[in-house]
Amino acid sequence: MNNEQLTLLQRIIKGKWIGKGFLALLALAVIWWVGGKALQSPPLFFQQIINGIQLGFVYALIALGYTMVYGIVRLINFAHGDVFMFGAFVSFFSVSQFQLHLWPIKALPSLPPALGIVIGTLSVILLSMVSCAILAMTIERIAYKPLRDAPRISALITAIGVSFFLEYFGALPFVFTPNFITYKRPFDIVTWYIQGGIHRLEAGAEAPPGSVIFSNVLIIIIVVSILLLVGLNYIVRQTKIGKAMRATAYDKPTSRLMGINVDGVISTTFAIGASLAGAAGVLYATAYPQVVFWMGIIPGLKAFVAAVLGGIGSIPGAFVGALIMGQAEVLSAGYISTPMRDAVAFTILILVLLIRPTGIFGEPEREKA
Amino acid sequence: MLSTTPAHSPTQEIGQDGRALLEIRGLTKEFGGLKAVNNFDISISRGELIGLIGPNGAGKTTVFNLITGIYVATQGSIKYKDTELIGLQPHEITRLGIARTFQNIRLFPTLTVLDNVRIAYHTHAGYSMFDAITHSPHYQKAEKELTEKAQEFLSVFNLHTRQGEIAKNLPYGEQRRLEIARALAASPELLLLDEPAAGMNPKEVASLMDLIHFIRERFNLTILLIEHQMRVVMGICERITVMDFGEVIARGTPEEIQNNEKVIEAYLGRGAAALSQKLQEKRSHVAGS
Amino acid sequence: MKLDRHTLGFWIVLIGLIVLIQILVSLGILSPFWETLLKIGAVMSIVSLGLNLIYGFNGQFSLGQWGFYAIGAYAAADVTYRWTQMNNASGLMVLLLVVALVGIAFFLTAKLVARLRGLDPLSAFALYIVAVLIAAVIGVQLGRVLIAPATQILSSLPPNLSLQIVYLIAVLLGGCLAAEVSYLFGLPVLTLGSDYFGIATLGFTIIVKVLLDNSDTLLGFEEMKGARGMVGIPKTTSWLWVALFLIIVIILLRNLLHSSHGRAIISVREDEIAAKAMGIDVAQQKTIAFVLGSFLAGLAGGLYAHINGFLHPNTFNFIKSFDPMIIVVFGGLGSVSGTIMAAFTWALVLEGFLRILLPAGFETWRFVVYPLFLLVMMLLRPQGLFGGFEFPYLRQVLPKPYTPKTEEQLSLVHAIEEASEGD
Repeated sequence: MNNEQLTLLQRIIKGKWIGKGFLALLALAVIWWVGGKALQSPPLFFQQIINGIQLGFVYALIALGYTMVYGIVRLINFAHGDVFMFGAFVSFFSVSQFQLHLWPIKALPSLPPALGIVIGTLSVILLSMVSCAILAMTIERIAYKPLRDAPRISALITAIGVSFFLEYFGALPFVFTPNFITYKRPFDIVTWYIQGGIHRLEAGAEAPPGSVIFSNVLIIIIVVSILLLVGLNYIVRQTKIGKAMRATAYDKPTSRLMGINVDGVISTTFAIGASLAGAAGVLYATAYPQVVFWMGIIPGLKAFVAAVLGGIGSIPGAFVGALIMGQAEVLSAGYISTPMRDAVAFTILILVLLIRPTGIFGEPEREKA
Repeated sequence: MLSTTPAHSPTQEIGQDGRALLEIRGLTKEFGGLKAVNNFDISISRGELIGLIGPNGAGKTTVFNLITGIYVATQGSIKYKDTELIGLQPHEITRLGIARTFQNIRLFPTLTVLDNVRIAYHTHAGYSMFDAITHSPHYQKAEKELTEKAQEFLSVFNLHTRQGEIAKNLPYGEQRRLEIARALAASPELLLLDEPAAGMNPKEVASLMDLIHFIRERFNLTILLIEHQMRVVMGICERITVMDFGEVIARGTPEEIQNNEKVIEAYLGRGAAALSQKLQEKRSHVAGS
Repeated sequence: MKLDRHTLGFWIVLIGLIVLIQILVSLGILSPFWETLLKIGAVMSIVSLGLNLIYGFNGQFSLGQWGFYAIGAYAAADVTYRWTQMNNASGLMVLLLVVALVGIAFFLTAKLVARLRGLDPLSAFALYIVAVLIAAVIGVQLGRVLIAPATQILSSLPPNLSLQIVYLIAVLLGGCLAAEVSYLFGLPVLTLGSDYFGIATLGFTIIVKVLLDNSDTLLGFEEMKGARGMVGIPKTTSWLWVALFLIIVIILLRNLLHSSHGRAIISVREDEIAAKAMGIDVAQQKTIAFVLGSFLAGLAGGLYAHINGFLHPNTFNFIKSFDPMIIVVFGGLGSVSGTIMAAFTWALVLEGFLRILLPAGFETWRFVVYPLFLLVMMLLRPQGLFGGFEFPYLRQVLPKPYTPKTEEQLSLVHAIEEASEGD
């Protein structure tokens, strides 16, 4: 088709200009609103960004499980958020009831206390990860595997059922109880504030106005998340099981013919995803120290939105999407209204699906068999 | 491209009434860099029965999916009675008069045989949603006509005794026939058949060939047929286009195609082509002596 | 239309049951507790029938039904609240004009979009948004002008009659509003794969709940009182009203499903690509099913709002949105009879008997047992308890077997018989 022959109207349609204009207006409104608020109080804005990073890393760990499982079995694993909840509760019990975080100090008194706390905290996280992995493998074996050849929606309904079961089983009085429980961190919180340099904030003291504060929770979240991400990347890119996972995600029947134990690979994928969610559960609970049986639902859904935003099936996509979601949530809660943060997450989902359903890192169209 | 088409005579490009019913030029479809169809040309006149053959993965079904609008072409044009089809929705293309069947039968599996055919009549049902939810007299009349037409159709395919049967419970051969009946109920002028003989034994294939001849006469159809089995195409098609790796490698009458080296090579590999040449030489030698 | 024996029996039993219940209620034999549960059962039947149309018949997995239910409930409640508590028809006239003008705006925009061939979805969506905003603003202004005359006319009627009229219109408008919102929401998300659609609609339900929690501050409807819950809605929904609505819905739905339009909707569930190849506009059929289903949700919401006279956003929590899904799955996808029976069973057994019979702690156990049922169901009987069963009236009747009439047709049959002897 010749470009000169097009009328103005045709050019507008072909260039998708109406939609682009609409988006530009929307973006402008958001920038104007957030920008205006940010200029009013820059320290508050930076504080929000830091809170957003903290949240974004936790979402990233959950989103990875979603994206990996979806990539391999095309199932939105609704129960993933509840696995996250389970991880938080496991760490709650291991810290409050069994003092697991204190074992290095008890067993090896010669250890420097700081190192002891680090090892103790890592053991708490590790225990949650392992428990979640076992839980997810059990779920996969009992509920999903029999439905692998059923319509996808049957599996989705089953996943919703599993999610409900985990929540309300947890809500039983003799399990996790239906109430909010205060979470005891495995380490003492240390806070710093930034105002012309980084200063330690003494316990109980107020940060000077106009400063930005952060705590060792932020540092732990970032360090642990990055370690896990690097580890995951290594597993997926470098190891045999990682190659098998990628092959299975691409083409299940052929992978089976190539001698890959597809069932084993799927089970492993669930386990890896769940262990990341378990770690996320511990980190989330240390950052927002309350646990309750339904705590996994909304973070789970938001992490799913993050996975879609990044391009489902893509690991870097899930990470980037989660960071964006963290910022969007914190900024909308801070600058629009607190309850709106849930609405904003799903507005983002709808916009992504409208503009680029494959997400930021999505794959292009492939020929269907 | 055109240089590789040995039998390229003007009579094949232009039909009896002087213009082609379907005219495809330079059709290309890429999937992430892979060219599934590359620079594909074909021209079909009214009333013709044309075969499109080629080995597995040659891009035949992709061509069908491009014509029927399931895929959008990367390049090229598809003209049907002077209407450009690229950019149209699949249902719009069907409403212009192009119907198809599928390689792996796609009936409406849990519906009855009758409903399968009645759905194809939906665009001609001629009553509104309001008529439908009130079951107005107009609905009663139109629905009765529609049902009778559908039954008549089934009887043409000898399926009228099966009208209440659930489609997926039919035997394979009847499912194939039902699929063709359903495609014809959409009242097409151009019928695209995608491997109708797949999974049939030689006897069934023979009767299928008769059936195709019959519906072509009865419904005044132009037919484009994909087939994997040479036997079928050679038996009924007037002209054949051969594809391999997304490109047209030969065109011509069944006899021309049968002796085309490239075709034999594409189907059987280079060694076999050489062998077949030797055989032919031998045969002609024998015939000559 | 001729009634056969079974159909007649079906109607006699159905109407007999309804009248019997009304007599029991009037005589005070049936306690208000059970009367309310029966009404809830009927309301749930309507919501679930709507969901079954979307999911069971059209194959689109929607978790948004509860959001549309909430929209219908709050919209209708606001109209009757303003009529009874504020003594004016402001809610009625504004909602009426907004719904009407937005409907017209949709119609015109759809025509425009159809004429601008090849418009991308985002641009089309933007056009719709602009059109809706303009129509809504004009609707609000025009509606305000008409409040006074409408109030006057309605006030001249006997109070009970005027309330019933306002109530009826309010319920219908609630359904229409839900339908219009679903149309707008469906534009971007209906073309997605089924599970993405599920998540997007779940998100919709969550957004609606958040907005209702802040209805007094964010939306500016003070009488809805946000998370404190809306009180003072007239308790107008009687058993006869819900029964009447349920019967009308059943008849219209049955008529739709037994028509070419219904078959087009079903064909999308069966095989989208084959449906397209048969000339069916799949996107259009999805929109029709989604909008009609959401209309039923909104309608049911309006009925629900006037049962207890009290609405709280927690009723519309997305966790409860799984109730209609469970009803549809248990009753059988694509089964009208199954849905109705499952909805009444759900109301009477799960909400009624078990709550009375079992100790207080059961409430938590209920949601442990539910999903287990669901899991067993998906594994053992994915087609639902009633599968393809329908009551006589709702059953698809096959036309008389066809006998070829003329000689020509007969010879054709013979010809084809010969041709197809092989199979």
